[in-house]
Amino acid sequence: MTIFEKSSSGRRAYTLPDQGIPDQSLGIEDYLLRKEKANLPEVSELDLVRHYTELEAKNHSVDKGFYPLGSCTMKYNPKLNEDMAALFRYLHPYQPEETIQGALRLMYELKELLMEITGTDDMTLVPSAGAHGELTGMLIIRAYHLDRGDTKRDKVIVPDSAHGTNPASAAMAGYKVLELKSSEEGLVDLKELEKHLDETVAAIMLTNPNTLGYFERDILKIAEMAHEAGALLYYDGANLNAVMGKARPGDMGFDVVHLNLHKTFSTPHGMGGPGSGPIGVKEHLKDFLPVPVVRKDGERYYLDYDVPKTIGMMRAFYGNFGVLVKAYTYILTMGKDGLTKASELAVLNANYLKALLRGVYPVAYDPDGKRPCMHEFVADGSKLLKETGIKTLDVAKRLLDYGFHAPTVYFPLIVPEALMIEPTETESKETLDAFADAMKEIVKEARENPELLKGAPRNTPVRRLDEATASRKPIVRWTPEN
Amino acid sequence: MKKYSKTHEWVEVLEGSKARIGISNHAQEELGDIVYVDLPEVGKEIKKGEEFMSIESVKAAEDIYAPVSGKVVAVNEKLSDTPELVNQDAEGEGWLVEVELSDPSELDDLMTEEEYKKFVEQEG
Amino acid sequence: MKRYPYLPHTEQDIKEMLETIGVSSIEDLFVDVPKTISPEELKIPESRDEFTVKKILMGLARENKTLDEMRVFLGAGIYYRFIPSVVQHLASKPGFVTAYTPYQAEVSQGTLQALFEYQTMICELTGMEVTNASMYDGASALAEAMLMAVRISKKPKVILSKAVHPEYIRTVETYVKPQGIDVEFVDFDEKTGRTDYEALKKMISEDVGGVAIQQPNFFGVVEDLKAAREAIPEKVPFVVAADPIALALLEPPGSFGADIVVGEGQALGNFPALGGPGFGFFSTRMKHIRTMPGRLIGETKDVDGKTGYVMILQTREQHIRRSKATSNICSNHAHSAVMAAIYMSALGKEGIVEVAKRSANAAHYLAAALKGKGFDLTFSGPFLFEFVFNAGQDYEKKWHDMAEKGILGPLPLERLMPEMKGKALAATTELTTKEDIEALLEAIA
Repeated sequence: MTIFEKSSSGRRAYTLPDQGIPDQSLGIEDYLLRKEKANLPEVSELDLVRHYTELEAKNHSVDKGFYPLGSCTMKYNPKLNEDMAALFRYLHPYQPEETIQGALRLMYELKELLMEITGTDDMTLVPSAGAHGELTGMLIIRAYHLDRGDTKRDKVIVPDSAHGTNPASAAMAGYKVLELKSSEEGLVDLKELEKHLDETVAAIMLTNPNTLGYFERDILKIAEMAHEAGALLYYDGANLNAVMGKARPGDMGFDVVHLNLHKTFSTPHGMGGPGSGPIGVKEHLKDFLPVPVVRKDGERYYLDYDVPKTIGMMRAFYGNFGVLVKAYTYILTMGKDGLTKASELAVLNANYLKALLRGVYPVAYDPDGKRPCMHEFVADGSKLLKETGIKTLDVAKRLLDYGFHAPTVYFPLIVPEALMIEPTETESKETLDAFADAMKEIVKEARENPELLKGAPRNTPVRRLDEATASRKPIVRWTPEN
Repeated sequence: MKKYSKTHEWVEVLEGSKARIGISNHAQEELGDIVYVDLPEVGKEIKKGEEFMSIESVKAAEDIYAPVSGKVVAVNEKLSDTPELVNQDAEGEGWLVEVELSDPSELDDLMTEEEYKKFVEQEG
Repeated sequence: MKRYPYLPHTEQDIKEMLETIGVSSIEDLFVDVPKTISPEELKIPESRDEFTVKKILMGLARENKTLDEMRVFLGAGIYYRFIPSVVQHLASKPGFVTAYTPYQAEVSQGTLQALFEYQTMICELTGMEVTNASMYDGASALAEAMLMAVRISKKPKVILSKAVHPEYIRTVETYVKPQGIDVEFVDFDEKTGRTDYEALKKMISEDVGGVAIQQPNFFGVVEDLKAAREAIPEKVPFVVAADPIALALLEPPGSFGADIVVGEGQALGNFPALGGPGFGFFSTRMKHIRTMPGRLIGETKDVDGKTGYVMILQTREQHIRRSKATSNICSNHAHSAVMAAIYMSALGKEGIVEVAKRSANAAHYLAAALKGKGFDLTFSGPFLFEFVFNAGQDYEKKWHDMAEKGILGPLPLERLMPEMKGKALAATTELTTKEDIEALLEAIA
């Protein structure tokens, strides 16, 4: 039941202080004033608590159970992060700088830490999410080329295994997109790349490790080729959780690097956001960063709006500061040793789970099951489909019955019936064992009792939903009639 | 008599140089539940082999390629409200557009129903 | 071996796992990483215990003056409003905080229903037919609205009122120019502070594909949306960036024929948090739904006929349409939007009006008092809870001095608009008291 149906006129769940100010006449033209009040629900405080408690219970979450969504890094979100963010809630962005020195110092120090982790020379903390960072990065690249009078570059190369945000961000920055076919090993195909690299290419966008979970071992060669052709190399940071302390994007040859603080640095995902997508750049791109950039002058921290060739502003104010506090807390807690350990264990967990599924589920681009992956791997469900008629979607839905969230499915697009599995470092061996057992059981069910899977899930708050009708005849808001 | 393209569209000449275009039954099966048909405007010139409209299912958006060249003279208005017609009857009630053919000889390059069936089997 | 609270692995676990994998060390799993790019060690501090980290953060927090300890007259897009305890408590539930995007609808009904209800509430405020599940903030939402306007109209130029928040204007320019879209500006009337609708009418040409104004505008002045719409031809999309609390009192933009209504949602139960995260709301008409950016939640039924919610029209989005998507947005500000829904549910139909009216009472009381002290209002146009007044050429210094004394005075506009030197933008809310106003009057005189 929606909260609107629980509403009863006259109820309320708030009180307001006495201001000591008499009622005023506002002098606004009558036709500009509301005739009918906005129909918001009227509930008591307990009604409100029950409603949202009921809703919360219907969600799967990291706190509730395993959440192996590939490329999403659903690691544990430490409680300390939340407590620390609460210390910085009541700050106004336009307060005089002298009254927010602590906040600015935190931003400055976070920036320094992230620059060291990524091997970059300057950074903006403004972007609100990974895709927002991607757009920021592509606009920086665009401004760089144009500033050099290099106007012919009108396209961006992305591998066919890339996240959908990569081509979308490049297009938003005004570029044409060229999809690069992956090699037989699921990596960037150097010969293919060479064919397309010319004076019209502005940038290559890569994720490393890539979305198949493999490290682009030719990355230095790729960087050399890109730079020789005058193109820049962009790092999609979605998979940084595999390589903290092991390899820095800046050292791999990337010019622009985005981070997903909500993934790698454990600030929570919050049902899809808010996140934070800082962009680190090499020296030659510093002057193009969006404003403001946090800087330090002696003992004073300040917001620098005077960036000579800035691309402009990506949003109002300074970014998702509340998220930055959590990432900063996490990095201080983990330190260089803990972050490195986190990446090592993330990779160990993925390889262990992959080994447990040997002989049960083939892994893409790994015929003998011996190829090491990084923090994630992609299982290929096409064999199961062929043998049993069971789709990856059915497997995903059946996993929900076992109390697990499903992996990312049908992505990357180059693997048929893909299941992309990222366990993260915060999951224990026991959890991975239990998940592998469930997967084995499901494969068995697919052979013995396929109907069980086709009708899954059964133990969830609702069962499979009619998505087709929902998109054909969209009902996008509550009304008394529907 | 219908003729088929390798990109899974069909064409059927109605009278003179007027022809109907749709997607094959095989194509609608591959697409799954169709939720939206983005029809072109009447009057649009379409060119053989080039995309001229798109069809969306829940999780995919497929470009539709013109099997022949010509000018769109009518679109299947019913699809705006009931895109599922394409699922129900792709090669009948679920037709997409009618065109005035600019070069009827292009029909010769297309496959017959039998040839198309074989093509689909090989492809799959 | 050093122990970490977030890492569960024992030495025994690691040993067994390596055996299962068939390698002798974790290093063996990193074979593809060239040795030449492996750093010796990151130059950042070692890990720390929780208590020490807490102390460091508390130390940083003490270097700030928080709004709770000040008398606040700062607004300009972020507002110090009252957030009932219940809002934060419910929003902090781990089922909301630690869930991901509702990709598996069957185990995400909490998220989906909460966002569906959010969409409904924003539609009620904006007077529009459909609202997406949130954008990053008000400025980027306006930028996306202008891109959408151009997708609808297929015309290469947009017009913005100069009375739109300067940071919003700058964001729009940053977003649209790379796509070859021109931005032109219509002036505001220097007397009223409203957008000059006559001038706007004259600027309309064949190639204008969208017009945006803010309600109330950056100066707090209530725009005449009727006059604005009349100045814009029907086929040119009309975009309004609105304050959601103001919409409790003002006739919604939807009633005046707006095509897209966006805005910053922080005022709806989200913390000021130095400007983020709040969220952007984004509403439009059903006829434009397919050109809209962002995630959208719809109601449907499950196989047993039970009502449920799913993400709909996903073919607009980047994960399916890739370079042809309506936007690159993926992560949004869902949690902030749900927080807003909880807040709006706490206030209800009457409460949100009360909040808006009380905020406006304080502003009008303050404006009259400032006039009494010789500070005239800059504009004659009507306002709700923000207004500009002539604060004097030396105001910026005074502003810093006041902060020292615990008063976050009205914003010196020079900071955002150099041509407005000596003018200040005052904001009040339902938390502004008579004592606050008296303290300000004393300090500013």
